[in-house]
Amino acid sequence: MIFVSWVLIILMVVLAIVSIELKNLIAAVVAMGGVSLIISFLFLLLQAPDVAMAEASIGAALTTAIYIIGVRQTERSEKND
Amino acid sequence: MIKKVVYAIFGAIIVLALAMFFAAYPFGKNKMAVGEYYLNHGIEQTGAANIVTSVVLDYRGFDTLGEVSVLFGAAAGVAILFFLAKEGRREERENLTKPNFVVKVGSRIIFPFILLFGTYIFIHGHLTPGGGFQGGSIIASGFLLLYLSYPGTRVKRSGLSVLEGLAGLTFVCLGLYGLLTPESSFLYNFLPKGQLNMLVSAGILPIIYIAIGFKVASEFAGIVDDMMCQVICRGGEK
Repeated sequence: MIFVSWVLIILMVVLAIVSIELKNLIAAVVAMGGVSLIISFLFLLLQAPDVAMAEASIGAALTTAIYIIGVRQTERSEKND
Repeated sequence: MIKKVVYAIFGAIIVLALAMFFAAYPFGKNKMAVGEYYLNHGIEQTGAANIVTSVVLDYRGFDTLGEVSVLFGAAAGVAILFFLAKEGRREERENLTKPNFVVKVGSRIIFPFILLFGTYIFIHGHLTPGGGFQGGSIIASGFLLLYLSYPGTRVKRSGLSVLEGLAGLTFVCLGLYGLLTPESSFLYNFLPKGQLNMLVSAGILPIIYIAIGFKVASEFAGIVDDMMCQVICRGGEK
């Protein structure tokens, strides 16, 4: 169980860094949704199913969708400065 | 350079303060006396099998009312923002890619099950993990799926508003009725507790969670509707 949660934590950190570094904003938003999904798995492993459900439905589904709608309205990729 | 030194000093102060704060508690010990109390007395005092629900709706019911009203404020803010934006520029958006056949049929099959699952979660909020907030947001994500796979669908906004208002009214009226009981406290659990682990148990908690479920679902569906309308709706169409 501890091994699984370590793998999930490392994956989560990698996805978080990826979502910062990506220039394609849609891909970055999807990576951020992945971070939320992994956090909800971790909540489940820590025996907090209530929080896990809230995180999975709000963090991974609704927030990601709202960000994608926001990206559609503006620029699709980040400019180099 | 001076800035960096100031930042470093501030960081050191914060780390030191946190270290001193946590050094006061021995590692791994339970530092929440109130949590201990809830775990020991929660079931007999509230009759809810899910301890989280007994804390959220019974011991901390007033906070939940505040939380629901914060959510209402956020939804109203989004609606106002997009209503004002609609007045202004209204250029034609680029052509949306049409959702393909598999997405359409799949979402039509899965949509009722998402509604059923969300409803199950908030009706069983006092028995199993989950509750009004989780169930409501699952239902709203079902509506999001519908909006994505059938561009141009609109949920009736007046119906959503009525549902939301009625749910909020139910919550507040149940709370106010608690003031009329001999205990005279807001959100007092005046109904009989019933048998543990049964669907009809825990007094007013399931009723409140159903009300919260409807309220959260209609608020989130309203937010989704506002957002998607900004993308899909053409000018002049309402």
